Amino acid sequence: MRYLPHTDKDIASMLQAVGVDDLDALFMTIPEDCRFAGDLDLPQALTEWELNEHMQGLAGNMAVLPEYKVFMGAGSYEHFIPACVPYLLGRSEFVTSYTPYQPEMSQGTLQAIYEYQTLTARLLGMEIATASHYDGATALAESLLMAIRLTKRKRVAISSLIHPLYRRVVRTYFEPTGYEVVELGYLKEGVTDLSALGDMDDLAAVAVQSPNFFGCIENLQAVGEKVHDKKALFIASFTEALSYGLLNSPGSQGADIACGEGQSMGIPQTFGGPALGMLASRKKYMRSLPGRLVGQTKDLDGKRGFVLTLATREQHIRREKATSNICTNNSLCALCAAMYMASVGGTGIRELACLNHDKAEYLKKGLKEAGFQIAFDNPTFNEFVVKFPAGFNASYERLLEKKIVAGLPLASYYPELANHYLLCVTETRSKEDMDSFVREVAS
Amino acid sequence: MKESVGTTGLILNEPLLWERGKKGRSGFSLPRRDVESCPLDGALTGEGPDFPDLSEIDVVRHYTRLSQWNFGVDSGMYPLGSCTMKYSPKTNENQASLPGFAGAHPLLPAALSQGILQMMFELEQYLAEITGMDATALQPAAGAHGELAGMLLIYAFHKSKGERRSKIIIPDTAHGTNPASATLCGYLPVPVKSNDRGILSIEAVSEVMDEDTAGIFVTNPNTLGLYEEDIRRIGEVVHDKGGLVYCDGANMNAVMGIVKMGEIGVDVIHLNLHKTFSTPHGGGGPGSGPVCVKKQLEPFLPVPRIVEENGSYALSNDYPESIGKLQAFHGNVGVMIKAYSYIRSMGPKNLKKASQLAVLNANYIKEGLKGTLHLAYDRPCMHECVFSDKHQMAQKIATIDMAKRLMDYGFHPPTVYFPLVVHGAIMVEPTETECKEDLDQFIEAFKTIAKEAGEDPGLLHDAPRRCKVTRLDETTAARKPCLAG
Repeated sequence: MRYLPHTDKDIASMLQAVGVDDLDALFMTIPEDCRFAGDLDLPQALTEWELNEHMQGLAGNMAVLPEYKVFMGAGSYEHFIPACVPYLLGRSEFVTSYTPYQPEMSQGTLQAIYEYQTLTARLLGMEIATASHYDGATALAESLLMAIRLTKRKRVAISSLIHPLYRRVVRTYFEPTGYEVVELGYLKEGVTDLSALGDMDDLAAVAVQSPNFFGCIENLQAVGEKVHDKKALFIASFTEALSYGLLNSPGSQGADIACGEGQSMGIPQTFGGPALGMLASRKKYMRSLPGRLVGQTKDLDGKRGFVLTLATREQHIRREKATSNICTNNSLCALCAAMYMASVGGTGIRELACLNHDKAEYLKKGLKEAGFQIAFDNPTFNEFVVKFPAGFNASYERLLEKKIVAGLPLASYYPELANHYLLCVTETRSKEDMDSFVREVAS
Repeated sequence: MKESVGTTGLILNEPLLWERGKKGRSGFSLPRRDVESCPLDGALTGEGPDFPDLSEIDVVRHYTRLSQWNFGVDSGMYPLGSCTMKYSPKTNENQASLPGFAGAHPLLPAALSQGILQMMFELEQYLAEITGMDATALQPAAGAHGELAGMLLIYAFHKSKGERRSKIIIPDTAHGTNPASATLCGYLPVPVKSNDRGILSIEAVSEVMDEDTAGIFVTNPNTLGLYEEDIRRIGEVVHDKGGLVYCDGANMNAVMGIVKMGEIGVDVIHLNLHKTFSTPHGGGGPGSGPVCVKKQLEPFLPVPRIVEENGSYALSNDYPESIGKLQAFHGNVGVMIKAYSYIRSMGPKNLKKASQLAVLNANYIKEGLKGTLHLAYDRPCMHECVFSDKHQMAQKIATIDMAKRLMDYGFHPPTVYFPLVVHGAIMVEPTETECKEDLDQFIEAFKTIAKEAGEDPGLLHDAPRRCKVTRLDETTAARKPCLAG
């Protein structure tokens, strides 16, 4: 086996050095009644070439570009990834290193993550950002727990227009804690209804997503004012980080914590993971942040360098009193996002975000003209909800046969929205794709 | 000693990204605008983020230089204890980037995602077979996330019996994530000391186990690299009081095909695909931390679960007792593909051989260095061995000094100052992918360093000298944090 370098001769001489007769004898401290006597029931080893064939078979059994046109986002977005991003990301000094516990030997990862933290903070209009979380959903759950720690209150309110699967993750994290999660309804314009906040006391935080699950852009500033009136922390959640190339950043609108999904920043969709949990906050909350942080410092010679810092928040120092249990995070995905943000640049990200918005508007207009109803009036970014005529599910199946995925049916997430579909258009959809989509849907 | 691999090369300086850019440059091929502009209401739009504008070659040089300041398994031996820094096969990277996998949307209808669902279904089965458990959930994103999943499962199990237990037993040798995960789930960690042989005793566990204790969190082999010899009996003590046994499987690399945790009383175990199953650590993730459980915990596993019928695969949410979801989608699928490829490439015999050689390598280092460094527990070890700086402290040389000096010799240092039960711990886990000559070099380097400690301690105090930077001021970094530029 090419991954195991020992020759028989090596093994013999090493066994001798250790003072045992054979490989089995190395396990003498394992009591007989703990040992597994049989052979593992697993498929026999494949050669590299057999593996290629097998994996190509599996990968071929998936609906992806260029064959399929997927008009679906809902937290996972198809964006172009410049070749230099995966190329650089493949540098094995980045890929095969561990969490940078020994900073002198990990300056590459550390500077890159410091740069990621900085670019993320700038994107979200915040002062600081963490080194990464698993995904947007866990970043939200950890942000809510952070607000509970900061305010010492035990109740949070979250918008029902936060991604339904994110809310499910929040409920999973909260279930054994005894903390309460209240959901806020939505208005007919497709934005969060904050009226219930009036009667709520003792709130640690209110979380609102923008653009929300329906693609609608929330008025974050107005939300922030209402939330701060309740002396609660304002958490702005998001699933489409690219939108902040164009939209007001959460920080500029008064958010105390901004958290969400960074997959759009150069990370392949890969069936939803690995993704990138982005989490940023005001500087004053620094010592309550969950997860890893990289900070700047100097070496003995006064040269600039970077280290993991504020570790006294973390599990390996603070154990049960830590701000989170997170250890391995999604560092390489953060690095990927930094490479992407660096490649696209300040000028590019704005143009790209505009293009996403404009293309979605083009499809929206086309569908409207074809007689379909756009469910919510509010401005959207690159996703929007269409109400198709009753019985559209048959058309949906027909479109699948034509290799078009006509968005996400919303009824299983919002039972009141039968025949409503969440559509997504990014820069990867051409005008022709959209024209033919409208034609097919209307036919 | 033979010439060491550690040397100096031409290392290039590189500024921060925003110290490089110039407005008007671009590193991105902007997609063609084939629709007209349709401006949003100005009240909704901001100025856009203050990112630097860089050309493509700016970006390429920047990250190429940064990568050269880093050290990975591909650079050299990385014997970080408890982290299993084995070689990450390159074919696995290729497989995970196949367009059919990398381009897949997570909410595609099941009929359009059969390839990934099949891979995940089979991986679940392989992991259940390797651990001797009944079912697997792949959703947790990393080891600590798997621990949280395990705690939630135990919580849900007791809840289904109408119980709310408040405590959980955690040995003093545990990873820090264990008490942190337990706390996140509302459990009060009850510490239990390991005995003078470095393992748990039945008596110590019996003393604290009661009907208000949800179970025990045990790492086996433990973080001292020792097999928990009484695990079966300890499991019985815990089960007798209605508790469950959680195994932190971070050290599974020692016992693949040798111990099946499901057969020795473990109820739930998490695996680290980024340790045992060779997926790269990526400088701190992404990992993947599946949990494997016995039958009685299966109803509580996270959803959606993959179900198979006549060779076709579907996702099902129809598990009313499920703990829910741990990530928005299905877990770190890209990492799973690599682990799957690894298991398929290795086959059952080589997986077992990997564990045997991992244990052989650790024992070889233990024997090679025990005259030089103080060995915390002089017993046969599993996949890692723990030394300390006890001998060197007489010369005022601490673990950290030896660790930093190892860098000059071209090795990544072992895990230091963990486990906490060994003062000044040096925890070495070579893994099976290091060959004898490299182990010999490592042993030789450590012996040379121990000699230097007596003859020229300044070499150690000032180390490292061959890295991009010298020793960094971590105290000031924490006291006056600068987290963004």
